[in-house]
Amino acid sequence: MNVIIGLEIHCQLSTKTKLFCGCSTDYRDEGPNTHVCPVCLGLPGAMPRLNRGTVDYALRVAKALNLTVLDESVFSRKNYFYPDLPKGYQITMYDKPLAERGWLEIEADDGTPKRIGITRIHLEEDPGRLVHKTGRDRAGYSLIDYNRSGIPLIEIVTDPDLRSPKEARRFLNKLRATLEYLSVFDGEREGAIRVDANISLEGHNRVECKNISSYKGVEKALTFEITRQKNLIRRGVHIVRETRHFQEGRGITTSSRSKEEENDYRYFPEPDLLPLRVADWVEGIVLPELPDARRERFLRQYDISENHARTLTGDIRIAEFYEAVALAGAQLAATWVADTLLGELAYRSMQIDRIPADHFANLITLLTEGRITDRAGVEVLRHLLDACREGREPEMPVDIVARENLGKAEGDEFADIVASVVRANPDAVADYVSGKEGALNFLVGMAMKETRGRADPKDLNRRIRTHIEEERG
Amino acid sequence: MAGTFTFDAPDRWNAFLYRQETVRYGDGALQGLPVAIKDNISTAGLPTTCGSRILEGYVPPYDAHVVTLLKAAGAGIVGKTNMDEFGMGTTTENSAYGPTANPADPGRVPGGSSGGSAAAVAGGLVPAALGSDTGGSIRCPAAFCGIVGLKPTYSRVSRYGLIAYSNTLEQIGPLAATVSDVSRVMAVIAGHDRRDSTSADRPYTHTPSAEIRGTRVGVPAEFFGEGVDDAVGERVRDAIAVLEHLGAEIVPCTMPSMAFALAAYYVTCTSEASSNLARFDGVRYGPAVDTKKQWHAAFRELRGDRFGKEVQRRIMLGTFALSAGYYGKYYAKAQVARKAVRDDFTRVLSDVDVIAGPTMPTTAWRLGEKSDPLSMYLSDILTVPANLAGVPAISVPCGTINGLPAGLQIIGRHFEDEQVVDVAYAYEQEVLR
Repeated sequence: MNVIIGLEIHCQLSTKTKLFCGCSTDYRDEGPNTHVCPVCLGLPGAMPRLNRGTVDYALRVAKALNLTVLDESVFSRKNYFYPDLPKGYQITMYDKPLAERGWLEIEADDGTPKRIGITRIHLEEDPGRLVHKTGRDRAGYSLIDYNRSGIPLIEIVTDPDLRSPKEARRFLNKLRATLEYLSVFDGEREGAIRVDANISLEGHNRVECKNISSYKGVEKALTFEITRQKNLIRRGVHIVRETRHFQEGRGITTSSRSKEEENDYRYFPEPDLLPLRVADWVEGIVLPELPDARRERFLRQYDISENHARTLTGDIRIAEFYEAVALAGAQLAATWVADTLLGELAYRSMQIDRIPADHFANLITLLTEGRITDRAGVEVLRHLLDACREGREPEMPVDIVARENLGKAEGDEFADIVASVVRANPDAVADYVSGKEGALNFLVGMAMKETRGRADPKDLNRRIRTHIEEERG
Repeated sequence: MAGTFTFDAPDRWNAFLYRQETVRYGDGALQGLPVAIKDNISTAGLPTTCGSRILEGYVPPYDAHVVTLLKAAGAGIVGKTNMDEFGMGTTTENSAYGPTANPADPGRVPGGSSGGSAAAVAGGLVPAALGSDTGGSIRCPAAFCGIVGLKPTYSRVSRYGLIAYSNTLEQIGPLAATVSDVSRVMAVIAGHDRRDSTSADRPYTHTPSAEIRGTRVGVPAEFFGEGVDDAVGERVRDAIAVLEHLGAEIVPCTMPSMAFALAAYYVTCTSEASSNLARFDGVRYGPAVDTKKQWHAAFRELRGDRFGKEVQRRIMLGTFALSAGYYGKYYAKAQVARKAVRDDFTRVLSDVDVIAGPTMPTTAWRLGEKSDPLSMYLSDILTVPANLAGVPAISVPCGTINGLPAGLQIIGRHFEDEQVVDVAYAYEQEVLR
């Protein structure tokens, strides 16, 4: 049964000021209702004034996603009552959006490139934020923070071109990467992206899942929905066309047929704003290098694998970091960033921008010059990451190697270890002598453990053999 | 020189909702001039209720652009004047704080919705006041009270801080006893304001001139049609004869679009109002309601309790007109009709310089006399066309009928407020002489 998925994605644009007033958008770590004014509080008599920068940001997105900008775009009012909506309506675009008909290329489930159609994009204002409190000794209550009110959002609507939850996830990742390359979006910001997903199984009704606020959540919600809908169809139950809410914590969707959902938004043109005519601006926009172009360049310039190139360009921060360390050895750096560093960072829930590139480059240099083993390299990296995470001044890898004595074995440093391992495991030695090669691997493993990974396993292997042969004389 | 004055004249007409006893003023073109402000124009630190209980106790933290300009010109803001709730009315009887009486006859309405501002001027409490005009709300009370009121060209005066009723129709404008004073205040409040995206960079620096020789004055037949009181028509024709005597050329004309102007007007203003007034949900303004109900039930209860009948009626009409399936039939259609009105004005005003006619079809009626909303709406027929077209219009007193004032309305081309002021001034100077 074919799965048909379309997404409506709301992204906060990272402009300095809000969509219709001069309030700063940077309210992280600030008290509630500190970034507000008569306009974003919707005070009686206040009027919206369009921030030119937000239009510029949105047009960059339109161009990067290959959309056609309309000759005339019109802000409309979407009327509905909700306590976080200070004016009783949201200013958005309705029948005349900013741009229409574009596409973004992703990799389909079978690995081939695939264009996902973009139906339209438009600008709108974010409402405030409700904080629900429940007290033990009193009834629950809600507080409203209007710092978020008026933050510019861009809504991106896709055609129903996605065929699986994984594709949807890949689309979102690619979209996020593209928006970040354009410097119009900060995906790390809490609530920066919110997704509504429309999903149907071919020949059946469409269901809308609202309220998904993470990339992982989209995949989860869609996977849940497919299972739920398939089960209903199997039992011969009709799929109802409805809106469902995704419960992030429980990983399920629930029907939301409450009265508030059945809105007639009574759209009409916002009378306090003039129609927007910005199609001419698009020509003047110069796009930066986008993820696909950067990946191609990485392949050419650094001669790295397709997989590494994709991983390294999938996030602008990683790409920038890689380019900052690639001089120390492009291929080794690619492996170490893509295969090792990212995993270690994820394990620690750390961002790559916390790692000083010169330190990491130094580590790559030590590896390139063969002064430490891979295993010692990992240990050095962990020292480095832990220092960064704990806010300590990180040491240069070369100093960590010296202090922790992690340098590759030189001379007879390991002679004692080899001798004691051979002495302590006479059975294994006997097995080896009688022709069991596997026993030698055991001995090498024991010795590696003793050297805390500083030794080259091949070198140990040679030393142990030589030692045993010398003993047998 | 900047200073203060005391404002304690007795208000026998309930013109004011809020007054300051000690009024500060500054230096400038209007230095020391006491000005009253309609209660739908935001004043920092002074209550602003739009004549509604839903905004009881609301004190704006900011000044409307026009108030900033008045203060900068040295005027003293004496207080806030009564009005039909949110501007919805023609008599000022729809105020939650009681009606205002007409100083010309305290048993009669002062007109509306800027009735408090007009009564404050006509009663001699202040030399000038600000009103707002959505469908005649400055000109109607000016005519009923026997003073001068100007509705400027749409976009010529910033609406920033004017609590919106119908954004595409309304304009702030001055009311005063004389054309000169109206013009003086207009010179201060007009001009571009970047906070109002619809505002135009067309300042007003005019000094009225009584020289109107050769001015072509169009007189549309529809302005003297059904529903227009004979005596009022007669006074206005006399006034037009005065203009002719002063050298103006009188040109009969027609404005067929008047037939659907009222319908277009009421669909537009109620639709916009239904959205504008949505923010009054009891969460931020007005006394809190102690309720244990869910959001939506609480909103409904509060709005049913705090909005007056006329406001509720217009919210419901507008909500209906914007509903899915009806938008095209009502709001969109009203905009088409509106364009026809605009085109009618453009056509007529390409041949003549101004249009003249009565401001109101009748003189002021008795308090409580009209209770049927429809007959009340019909009395706006001569004022709403100028709002639909966005053109400037002034009302200047043209005599009385049984002691009740009648108003001559002069309507001009877009951004030619100066021209309507001049014609009104010429008339005023001639009859005063």
